[in-house]
Amino acid sequence: MKVKLTIWRQKNPDSKGQFITYPVDVVNGEMSMLECLDVLNETLMGRGEEPVAFEHDCREGICGSCGFMINGIAHGPLPATTVCQLTMRHFKDGDELVLEPWRSRSFPLVKDLVVDRRSFDRIIQAGGYVSVSTGNAPDGNAIPVGKEIADRAMDAAACIGCGACVAACPNGSAALFTGAKIAHLGILPQGKPEQDRRAVRMVAQMNVEGFGSCTNIGECTGVCPKEIPLEEIARMNRDYLLGAWRERGNVVTAIAPVTDWNFGEK
Amino acid sequence: MGKVTAMMNLDARIPTGPIEEAWDSARFEMKLVNPANKRRHSLIVVGSGLAGASASATLGELGYNVKCFCFQDSPRRAHSIAAQGGINAAKNYQNDGDSIYRLFYDTVKGGDFRAREGNVYRLAQNSVHIIDQCVAQGVPFAREYGGSLDNRSFGGAQVSRTFYARGQTGQQLLLGAYQALERQVDTGQVTMIPRTEMLDLVVIDGQARGIVARNLITGKLTVHLAEAVILATGGYGNVYYLSTNAKGSNATAIWRAHRRGALFANPCFTQIHPTCIPVSGDYQSKLTLMSESLRNDGRIWVPKQKGDKRPPNEIPEDERDYYLERRYPSFGNLVPRDVASRNAKAICDEGRGVGETGLGVYLDLSDAIARLGVETIRERYGNLFDMYQRITDEDPYKVPMRIYPAIHYTMGGLWVDYQLQSNVPGLFVLGEANFSDHGANRLGASALMQGLSDGYFIIPYTVGNYLASTKLSKVTASHPEAQAALASTQQGVAKLLAIRGKRTVDSFHRELGKIMWDDCGMSRNAAGLKEAIGKIRALREEFWQNLNVTGSGDDLNQSLEKAGRVADFLELGELLCIDALERNESCGGHFREEYQTPDGEAQRDDEHFSYVAAWGYTGAGKPWDLTKEPLEFAYVHPSQRSYK
Repeated sequence: MKVKLTIWRQKNPDSKGQFITYPVDVVNGEMSMLECLDVLNETLMGRGEEPVAFEHDCREGICGSCGFMINGIAHGPLPATTVCQLTMRHFKDGDELVLEPWRSRSFPLVKDLVVDRRSFDRIIQAGGYVSVSTGNAPDGNAIPVGKEIADRAMDAAACIGCGACVAACPNGSAALFTGAKIAHLGILPQGKPEQDRRAVRMVAQMNVEGFGSCTNIGECTGVCPKEIPLEEIARMNRDYLLGAWRERGNVVTAIAPVTDWNFGEK
Repeated sequence: MGKVTAMMNLDARIPTGPIEEAWDSARFEMKLVNPANKRRHSLIVVGSGLAGASASATLGELGYNVKCFCFQDSPRRAHSIAAQGGINAAKNYQNDGDSIYRLFYDTVKGGDFRAREGNVYRLAQNSVHIIDQCVAQGVPFAREYGGSLDNRSFGGAQVSRTFYARGQTGQQLLLGAYQALERQVDTGQVTMIPRTEMLDLVVIDGQARGIVARNLITGKLTVHLAEAVILATGGYGNVYYLSTNAKGSNATAIWRAHRRGALFANPCFTQIHPTCIPVSGDYQSKLTLMSESLRNDGRIWVPKQKGDKRPPNEIPEDERDYYLERRYPSFGNLVPRDVASRNAKAICDEGRGVGETGLGVYLDLSDAIARLGVETIRERYGNLFDMYQRITDEDPYKVPMRIYPAIHYTMGGLWVDYQLQSNVPGLFVLGEANFSDHGANRLGASALMQGLSDGYFIIPYTVGNYLASTKLSKVTASHPEAQAALASTQQGVAKLLAIRGKRTVDSFHRELGKIMWDDCGMSRNAAGLKEAIGKIRALREEFWQNLNVTGSGDDLNQSLEKAGRVADFLELGELLCIDALERNESCGGHFREEYQTPDGEAQRDDEHFSYVAAWGYTGAGKPWDLTKEPLEFAYVHPSQRSYK
C-alpha cells in the first residue's frame, strides 16, 4: 500500500517552516508509523536530502520521547497508543497523513517534528517528588498501603511525559501531566507530608511556563497513550485549593524557564 | 599521553575476610570527605538511567557538585524506563526460604560462575535497602489487600522475591530516581545537561578528569572538567542492530573511554531474552520484549510435527510438545534465559517453529486463563497483552502469543574493581555499562537491582574514598590534554561528514547486526567467529570510505549522531567476536557449539576459563591486549548448572 506523508519541515526555530508531501511505500501492516518515517528518511538520504528529524527512543511506548500530530490528532487515531506503536494497518492505501509537531508556546520547536519539553522537567523540579534522601527509608512494609490505593497511585504514575495532553488541549494546558504527578504522590502515604507545598509549587510552575488553564474539555485524556483519567485534574485542583490556603503565609518560588541550549555557557 | 596503558596485574580490591562482613569493613576502611568539603568537589555523571540518576541524586544529596549528562531530551527517557518485569530483593517477605545468602547463591550460579563472589554478595545485601528507598520515594509497587508489598517469582528463581509495579517496574523505579534527581536540580546541587553526548574522556596525569561532550542541538563541542567521571551509559546490545534496547542506546561513552585506556571486560557475555515478539520484516527497527513474568503463567510449546501449519487451537493437546517442561521437569518454563533461548532456537532449527517465518514458538496462557479467570490475567499482564495485540493484531486472550529470542542485555562492559572504579583512576562505571555482577548470564529482575545498588548505595561511598585519598591537581579546559581531546573529537566529527559516500548509517548498522546475530548470537563456533571478524573489518573499511551523512555538524543532525555510534559499534563488534573466539568454553549466554555436554547443555571449562577477560586497547587496527583476572569461589562451589 502507498500513503502520502505531508510533514512539517523547519530547519530551526528561526527559519520559516513549510509542509512537504512525500509518497511512501508501506510494505507491511506491522510496520509502525516511525518505521515508515525510517523508510522515508533512507530514501531522502539516498537523494542527498536531509532526513526528517523526529524524536524517538524505546519504540515500545514507554519512554515518552516520540509524538506528533497525525491529521490533527496527537499520536494519531488509535486510542492509548504512541506513534511508535501505531502500526500502518490502521491506515488505507492512498491515505494522506499530515504530520505536525506538538504545537504549544511552552514546547518551542527545535527542528521538524522535534520540540523542547524541558518545561515538563521543571514542573517536576518544582515539587514532583518525595523529599527523602538515600538512606532515610524505613522498611518497605512499615507503612501499609492498601491495594486500591496502590493501584490508584499506579494509574496516575503511568504518565510517560510525552506532551500529547498539551498538544491536544485547545488551551495548551499541562493540567493532566501536572495533575497526574500530584495525584500519584498525593494518594500515597509517603507523599502526604509535602502534599500542600507540592501542589502549590507545581501549579505555579505550570503557570510560569506559559501553559494555558484547564477548562475541562477532556481532549487530553482522550489522546493520552496511558489513558490518565481526567479526575487527576480534579485532584490537582482540590490539592491546590487546600494547599494554597494552608500555605498562604509562604512565598512560592518558581524556576525561571530556559529556552536556549547553552546550559549557562556562552 | 592522555591515555592509560593497561597494567598487567589487575587488583580488584576485593576485601578479605568473611563475605558477610566484607562490605561493612570496606566501608569502614574508606576515607570520608568532610561534609563542608563536599561542595568543593565536582563530579561528572554520564547517563541518567537507574544507575546514573540514582548516583546523581545521591551524590547531590551528599553535597557534591554534580553535572549529569544525557543524550535524550530529558533524563526520564533513559532506557531503564522500559524494564517490565520487576526487581529482586532478598526481603523474604513471603517466608518462602529466601535470604541474602540465597539471592547471592542464585546470582552466582545463574551467572554460570563467571562473576565475582564479593560483588554479588554486596548486591544481594543492598537489594533490601533499594526496596525501602523506592517505597519511601513513592514508587507504587504492587500491594496485597492487607497493604503489604506483593511479590512474584521470576525467571529461574524458586522463591518469590521479585517486587513489581504492574508491567512497568522499570518506569516506576526510574521515575523515582528521576524525581530524586530533579529535586537536586532544584536545589542547585545537580546541573542537568540533556541532549548532550559524551564523545571523549579527558585523562590528565593518568587520572580521568573530564569529558568532551557534543551539544546535540548546537553541535558545539565542549570540555567539561571534574575530579571524577562516572559512566552510567548502559549496555552495548545495539551492536546487533535489532535488540530490545532503545534506538538511542549506544556504547560510545564506554568505547571512547576504552580507547583512552579503560579495559573492556567479557564483551562476549551477551544476553538473549527468550520472550520477544518475532521479527516481521526487513524494515524492522527494533524488537519488543514481552516480560518474562509471562513464563510464570504461560506454557511454551510447538507442534510435535515438523511443518504443522494448523492454527494453534486446532492442534490437539497430545500433538503439542511442551519442550521446556519435557526437558527440564523441575524448572519447566521457568528455566533461566540462556537455557530458554537456546532451546527455542534449537526447536526452530529443527523446523518446528511457528508463525510465517518459522522463527517463533508459542507462549500459551490459556491454562492460566482457565484456572485464574480472564480478570486476574488482565490484572497481571493486561498492558503486555495490549502491547502484543497492538503490534501483531492477534488477541493473546484467545490465541497463544508467538515469541522468539532477541538480544536484550550485555553482561560485559568496562572492567571495574570492587569500588566500581575502572583501571583508569577517577573513572567509575555503574550499572549495565560495567561488567561486574552478572557473570555470563543475568537472572531476570536483577538489572534494576544492580543499577540502583551501584547508584544509591555503592558509588556514594567509593567516590568519596577516591576523592579523600587522591591528590588531584587543579586543571582548566586549556590544559594541553583537554585541548588535544577536544581537537581529536572535532576531527572525528568532521571526518564523518566529509566522507560523502553512498550508504546510509542504518544500512551499515543493519549489516553489522546481521553478522553479529548470525555468527556471534545465540550459538557461536570458531569458524563462524573468524569469518565474522573478517567481515566486520571489511565493513568498517567500507564505512570510512562510503558513508553518507547528510546535513551539517552545527545543528540537530540525527544521522551524524548515529554515525559516530555505529563507528564505535564496528570496533566493539570485532572485540566481541575476538573475546568469544578466545573463550573456548560454553557458559551462560556464551554458547560455543564445540563445547557442549552430550545432551546439548553448556559445557564450562573452569580449569582454563575461570577468569574475567579484560581487553586493553592498543591503537586503531592493532590487536587488543588481554589481561586475565582470575575468579575464585570460596562460597558457592562451581558446579554444572542443572535445571532438570
